[in-house]
Order: sequence, then C-alpha cells, then structure tokens
Amino acid sequence: MKHVEVLIIGAGPAGLSAADVLLEAGAEVALIDRSDRPGGQLTKQTHMFFGSQEHYASKRGIEILHVLYDKIKDHPRLHMFSETTVAGLYPDRVVACVSGQRYFTIQADIIIVATGASEKSLPFENNDLPGVYAAGAVQTLMNVYGVKPGDKVLMVGSGNIGLIVAYQLMQAGVKVPVLVEAAKTISGYHVHASKIRRLGVDIRMRTSIKRALGTDHVEGAQIWQLDARWQGIAGTEETIEVDTICLAVGLSPLTELLQQLGAEVIYINELGGHVPRLNEKFETTVEGVYACGDVAGIEEASSAMIAGKIAGLEAALKQGYALEDAQARQAALHTSLKTLRSGPHGEKIRKGHARLGART
Amino acid sequence: MRIHQHPILDFGERKTIRFSYNGQTLEGLEGDTIASALHAHGVKKLSESIHLKRPRGFYCAIGNCASCNMVVNGEPNVRTCITPLEDGMDVRLQEGKGRIR
Ligand SMILES: Cc1cc2nc3c(=O)[nH]c(=O)nc-3n(C[C@H](O)[C@H](O)[C@H](O)COP(=O)(O)OP(=O)(O)OC[C@H]3O[C@@H](n4cnc5c(N)ncnc54)[C@H](O)[C@@H]3O)c2cc1C
Ligand code: FES
Repeated sequence: MKHVEVLIIGAGPAGLSAADVLLEAGAEVALIDRSDRPGGQLTKQTHMFFGSQEHYASKRGIEILHVLYDKIKDHPRLHMFSETTVAGLYPDRVVACVSGQRYFTIQADIIIVATGASEKSLPFENNDLPGVYAAGAVQTLMNVYGVKPGDKVLMVGSGNIGLIVAYQLMQAGVKVPVLVEAAKTISGYHVHASKIRRLGVDIRMRTSIKRALGTDHVEGAQIWQLDARWQGIAGTEETIEVDTICLAVGLSPLTELLQQLGAEVIYINELGGHVPRLNEKFETTVEGVYACGDVAGIEEASSAMIAGKIAGLEAALKQGYALEDAQARQAALHTSLKTLRSGPHGEKIRKGHARLGART
Repeated sequence: MRIHQHPILDFGERKTIRFSYNGQTLEGLEGDTIASALHAHGVKKLSESIHLKRPRGFYCAIGNCASCNMVVNGEPNVRTCITPLEDGMDVRLQEGKGRIR
C-alpha cells in the first residue's frame, strides 16, 4: 500500500488552502478530487464574490481558483489525483480510491476531509423528471461546459444561489420568467434580487412548486401559493411554460466518509445537516482526521479558505513542522473567521456553531 | 443548446469528439463530459429507474447522486456527469441497475 504524509480529500477552496500551508511547512501532500479539474464550487462561479475585501471579494470565483491553484500546482511535494473518488475511509487512516477502472488504497499520517456539500432536493410530484436540476448542476453545465440547461427555467429558491444562478442563466441567453420562494422574504442579498427583477424575473413570495409536468422530461411546472403554515392553497395553481426546473433549496455537508470512519457527527439545522464535531484545531473525534470548509457546515468560499488554512496549519504542527509565527498566524486566522461570521448575514452560522458548541 | 455568446466566458475553439449514443453517431466537444455532450444535443433522459422504469436525467452534475448513470463501453453505472467524453466511446441508456458483463 502506498503511504503519504498528508492526504486531502477535495480540491475546493478549503482543500487547496490546506494544501498550500502544508506544502509551505514542508509536508508531502496528496490532493484527491473526483472531478477532472480542481476548484470545487469555484470552477463555475463567474460572478464577483461577495465577502470581505481581504478574502477576494469582487474577484470572480474562477479567478480566485487560479490564484489558489497556480500557487501550488507545480510543487514537487504535491501529488495531485484528479478523476479519483474516495470511496471509503478505514481505521488507521487507510483511504480507498477509485479512478476509472482502477481501485487502490493509500495510507496517510493525516487526513483532511474537505469534501464540500451536496445540493438538496424538494419533494413534489414528478421531481425525478429529467429537466429538474439542482442549481449548482445548471451552473456547472453552463459555466464549465458551455451548454444551456434549456430555454426557459423556473427557479425555486431566493437564497444567493438561486438569485445568482438566475442571473447567470440570463447571461447565457436562457429565459427565467419566474422565481418562487416559499418564505415571506427574499433570503439572499437584496442587491442580487433587485438586479434580476430589473431584468424581468417575476419573483413570487410565499409560492412553491406543486408538480412538474411532462412524461419524458419537463414540459412545464405548476406552482401554487402557500398559507401561513407553508401548505399549498388549493385553487391557486398556475401553470408555467418552462422546460427546466432549477432547485436552489440549500446544501447539506458531505459527511458520509467521516461517518463511515466513526467520527462523531451532530445534526445542526443552521449548518445544513450532519456536521462533524471538531475541536479548536478542526480535528474530528478521530485523531489525525481533520475537516474544513462546507463539509463542516455550509458557509462560503471565503470562510472555507480560512478554515482550510487553519486545518493545514494544525496538521503541519501535529506532524512536527516548525512554522514561523505559528501562534500569531493561528490567532489571526481565527480572528478573520470571526469577522466573516459577524454581521447580520453571519447570524445563522453563529447560531449553528453555538448550538454545535453547546452539544459538545 | 450550446452557449455561443457570453459576456464573461469564452469557451474558445474546441476540438470535435465523435462518440456513439445508442448506436447513433454524435459529436461532442473537447472538455465535455458525456452528460454535457448529450445535453447539448437535447438528450436529457439518461437512464430508466429500477422499478417503475421512470426516465432519469442528471441532477447534481458533480458526481454526488448517481442520477446520471449510463452504460459506457459496456460498463454500467458510469457517472456520466464527471466522466470526460472520449473519441469512439459507446454510450447507452441504462435500464435499471444495468448488467455487469
Ligand atoms: C451558486 C453559488 C454561488 C456562491 N457564491 C459565493 C460567493 O459569492 N462568495 C463566497 O464566499 N461563497 C460563495 N459560494 C459558496 C462557496 O462556493 C462554497 O462555500 C465553497 O466552495 C466551499 O468550499 P469547499 O472547499 O468546502 O467545498 P467545494 O468547493 O464544494 O469542494 C469540494 C470538493 O471535494 C470533492 N469531493 C467531494 N467528495 C469527494 C470524494 N468522495 N472523493 C473525491 N473528491 C470529492 C468535490 O469534487 C469538490 O471538488 C457560492 C456557492 C454557490 C453554489
Ligand atoms: S448527476 Fe449526480 S452523479 Fe451525476
């Protein structure tokens, strides 16, 4: 069996940032991602980032990705495994990998899990029809492969992802006649909502999808209004002519691998679902196994990058590398994370972490 | 259903890749996955579900959900949303769990 010092699962902003710190410290790093290109969610983000100035706000996601990846890609101690899926995590930090027809195992001293998240779905009639796609999938199809998901899209969900993807669809020449949101208020940033409203998107509050229409693929959607208890109101149904239904209804952390290993996870609604219990070093309840980024609670790329650096730094120290100013850097990183989570938009995250903390 | 003009992205000139879909020759572009190439041709149904034989397309497009499984070069359960398209690939609709040869 191959052995590597540090193995990182997931080459999104969290995994790339952890790799950077570890390489700088002197460690040998294997970075594994199932995709054929690094970057995770960043690969498809053509919009200017929200977030604080020092964390690349007003840079596009795809540009941030280049900054992160270019810095490490030619490093002699980096072993990049792309198109490789981690299928299992076993005791003694044995990692089972599948790449095409090949299956192999690697043993590592340290594992950093930075697998990100998966998109949620919604229960409604015919939600399994081709043409019902997750928002991130629509984004990937358009912005990575240059293919339109359809000609006319119903967007479900008014969080930042729904609002941004609606805008990106229009940039690609796709019509977005209607966006429905079950809540009373827009849940994303109002600037994004105003922008798509100006472009003609009819944003309907307290409204949801009742069923998808079509036999082989989506040929329309029926929407209806919701009452104060979030139940559909009979008689308010309306049929909309669309060929695609895009669901932007949240993400949940991809913690399956951690659960398989026996790391403790706790369900925290505000963080998107089951999240690992971590100590202040971002180490899970399994020694030598760290977690950072969306897998530890749905947040943002900016916080994923900081969390990746913290996990990388702690892992390097655990391996015995002497890092210059380690303590000062740790303190600064924790402060940045706190700053990012301050303000009204960080409220949910703060609440989630407080609940997680109270449970540990 | 290709995007030809985009205010931010430039997909550039991409080499053509020939592949077979249910026995019919189709063209995709360099950089495509199997699923993106099929979608560009309007092919949304990729498989049939196990019990009710309902149509299935992709859902997550990043390898999470297995909704895009197809039979590729005789091998079933290939996640076509993260498998790069290659010249001469034989891609087929998957029925149910597929059969391992
Ligand atoms: C539409 C949209 C807009 C957004 N806009 C912003 C914004 O403006 N500002 C901001 O700060 N944030 C934004 N975000 C959020 C941000 O993209 C995420 O929080 C961030 O990407 C999380 O980083 P990560 O590294 O934890 O995970 P990801 O970026 O999801 O990366 C995880 C990686 O792990 C890989 N992986 C998972 N499982 C396995 C496995 N078993 N084997 C191998 N590889 C695996 C995946 O392929 C992926 O590459 C946005 C998100 C979306 C969807
Ligand atoms: S669409 Fe989810 S794995 Fe391919």
